[in-house]
Amino acid sequence: MEESLYREIEEIIEKYREEETPLLCVLQEVQEKFHYLPRNVLGYIAKKMNVPSSTVYGVATFYSFFETNPVGEYVIRVCKSTPCHVQGAFNVLQALKRELGLKEGETSKDGKFTLEVTSCLGVCGVAPAMMINDVTYGNLNDERVREILALYRR
Amino acid sequence: MAKTLKEMEKAKEKANLVTIYLDGKEAKVPEGITILEACRMEGFHVPTLCYMEGLSSWGGCRICVVEVEGQPNLVASCVTPVREGMKIRLSSRAVREARKTNLELLLSNHPLDCQLCDRNGSCELQELAYEFGVREIRFGGERKTYAVDMSSPSVKRDANRCILCGRCVRTCREVQSVCAIDFANRGFDTFISPSLGLPLGESVCINCGQCILACPTGALSEVSHVEMVWDAIEDPGKFVVLQTAPAVRVSIGEPFGLPAGTVTTGKMVAAFRRLGFDRVFDTNFTADLTIIEEGHEFIGRVKKGGKLPLITSCSPGWIKFMEHFYPELMENVSTCKSPQQMFGAIAKTYYAQKMGIDPKDMVVVSIMPCTAKKFECQRDEMCASGYQDVDFSLTTREAARMLKEKGIRLEEMPEENFDDPLGISTGAAAVFGATGGVMEAALRSVYEISTGKTLEKLDFYQVRGLDGVKEASLEINGMEVNVAVAHGLGNARRLLDQVKAGNSKYHFIEIMACPGGCIGGGGQPIPTNLEIRMKRIAAIYEVDKNLPLRKSHENPAIKKLYEEFLGEPNGEKAHHLLHTHYMPRERI
Ligand code: SF4
Ligand code: SF4
Ligand code: FES
Repeated sequence: MEESLYREIEEIIEKYREEETPLLCVLQEVQEKFHYLPRNVLGYIAKKMNVPSSTVYGVATFYSFFETNPVGEYVIRVCKSTPCHVQGAFNVLQALKRELGLKEGETSKDGKFTLEVTSCLGVCGVAPAMMINDVTYGNLNDERVREILALYRR
Repeated sequence: MAKTLKEMEKAKEKANLVTIYLDGKEAKVPEGITILEACRMEGFHVPTLCYMEGLSSWGGCRICVVEVEGQPNLVASCVTPVREGMKIRLSSRAVREARKTNLELLLSNHPLDCQLCDRNGSCELQELAYEFGVREIRFGGERKTYAVDMSSPSVKRDANRCILCGRCVRTCREVQSVCAIDFANRGFDTFISPSLGLPLGESVCINCGQCILACPTGALSEVSHVEMVWDAIEDPGKFVVLQTAPAVRVSIGEPFGLPAGTVTTGKMVAAFRRLGFDRVFDTNFTADLTIIEEGHEFIGRVKKGGKLPLITSCSPGWIKFMEHFYPELMENVSTCKSPQQMFGAIAKTYYAQKMGIDPKDMVVVSIMPCTAKKFECQRDEMCASGYQDVDFSLTTREAARMLKEKGIRLEEMPEENFDDPLGISTGAAAVFGATGGVMEAALRSVYEISTGKTLEKLDFYQVRGLDGVKEASLEINGMEVNVAVAHGLGNARRLLDQVKAGNSKYHFIEIMACPGGCIGGGGQPIPTNLEIRMKRIAAIYEVDKNLPLRKSHENPAIKKLYEEFLGEPNGEKAHHLLHTHYMPRERI
């Protein structure tokens, strides 16, 4: 990793020093910078924050919004919690898999899309739902999925 | 933090009492304790799985559920505090059924091949399933298929057998303060992962094996050297020499049904002779040697104004911990090798020459209460004889398994003696097996060597026992020598941080990675708990008391070793064979 990147991480850590849950804030912002949380970055954060790296890794893998592997430009997260499941999340996931030619957890060859499942997004009123990066889409069906993907394919 | 019974008794004297009803029986218990603790105090049994004495309670497995009148759901007794007037039902039908269902769910993705598991017979999951009357699993489900992690020289991890009770995680964090492992991922994909998802062998794990003792199932075990040792024993071209650690003689009876705390030295020697070792020697011999070397090192540092406090180096888990977390204290740590390694170096030089054996045809096997010894004997530095000084290191558990495999019943063995001369030792070496023992042994010798006077009281009670940190002082030639002892690395940090900050008042510090010292080592028979640790410690001091010689410098075989071979303590040859160096390691 480059020297300047280390400095950026240090600045982020400094910024959240007073926070109650600094680790979550730091991971979130570092992920925004790097798109994912590479292993050496997690190790560096652990050392700098004086938190065991096993804990940092535990947190980074617990929340589905943290990525520990490289991801595509657009990360699609399909909710698989009960309300969405009941409303047909499975079909939505199937449609996405078909359209993108990806399995869960995979990234397309052109580096554009990553397909993932996640726990509740908090928008059960419009189940089944998914997020693409930080935009939420609800009331999904096969057709909506195709339309939405088209927006991102341009 | 879960309290021990003794602590609870103490709490009872002070605290406000509340009245609760356990299955209708009135009980007055201290405010603030959990239902489970109250039950244990009052003599009621509640099954548990994720709970472990001495660790924080987590409440994850729901095996300990009980019914509290007026509450809609069953509660986990290990995390629910008692309240005034609580009426608790410990084994109603609802309770029994819930426990059984929870257990069946755990079993639904557990490999049901107990016969093939290391922990067959000492598995808590197996035992609970039997006790709860589980005879079929009503739930089919997805199975886990993890690769077994064999990357560590000491600890093998089979996540397929893991029930995610978290006892290993809490042990590593709360007892050892190493934090090498933690939960990772979530839901069905949850697993226990070393730092950053690396294999255990690349993490900060110090190989202490305390997580193995904590694990209720076969998910964690030692990396086995059993097959290699069978091969060596059965190879007619090899001269196979055994050394047994001080703590093994007071624990190896347990897998054979003898009560904890039985001293089995003579039977153990007889048993291993029958297993096929060419010589059965004693690590206690080199424990005495360690005291001579380390004692002189201490005296030398005091005289020459060298780095103090001197910190002991017998515990390879502690050594790796120091390399990761306290590299700045490297110069404080004694350069003495551990008794295991001194033994290997002496066996393949001095003894091999004496016997006219080519050291390349000699195989040195150790039986240790320890998993970190497997790591230690593979360290690059440990080849003073020109060969790997100790070839294989078995845990007490593995050694017992080998005896069973060959049909040797330890409890029926006659009493036999160790072979000469590497089997001769003193009481000072015997106490190495318990926390405080190395310090006690060192003080006995350091005092007499530096003053030329006889030490009146050999027993240093202040450094014995299970308090996390212990201290004592002794006047030697007009100097007040302050010593301290810590066991369990969480406790050790208290002393180490003082040294690091430059305000330690101690001159000499003993550190053992495992709680209780070697008798509580990660290679010891399972279960190893507080009560069993205390019994083994009592046995260690019994061994010491009954030996004719109780000071290392009086060991005639050691004297002869210096005369015939080594020359002076801390001399050139001693340095080459018996001392080592350390290296800083990354804190990943
Ligand atoms: S062997 Fe010791 S340091 Fe390693 S994971 Fe187990 S408890 Fe932690
Ligand atoms: S490895 Fe053993 S102690 Fe650790 S969580 Fe799994 S079952 Fe529990
Ligand atoms: S023992 Fe109480 S929840 Fe596991």
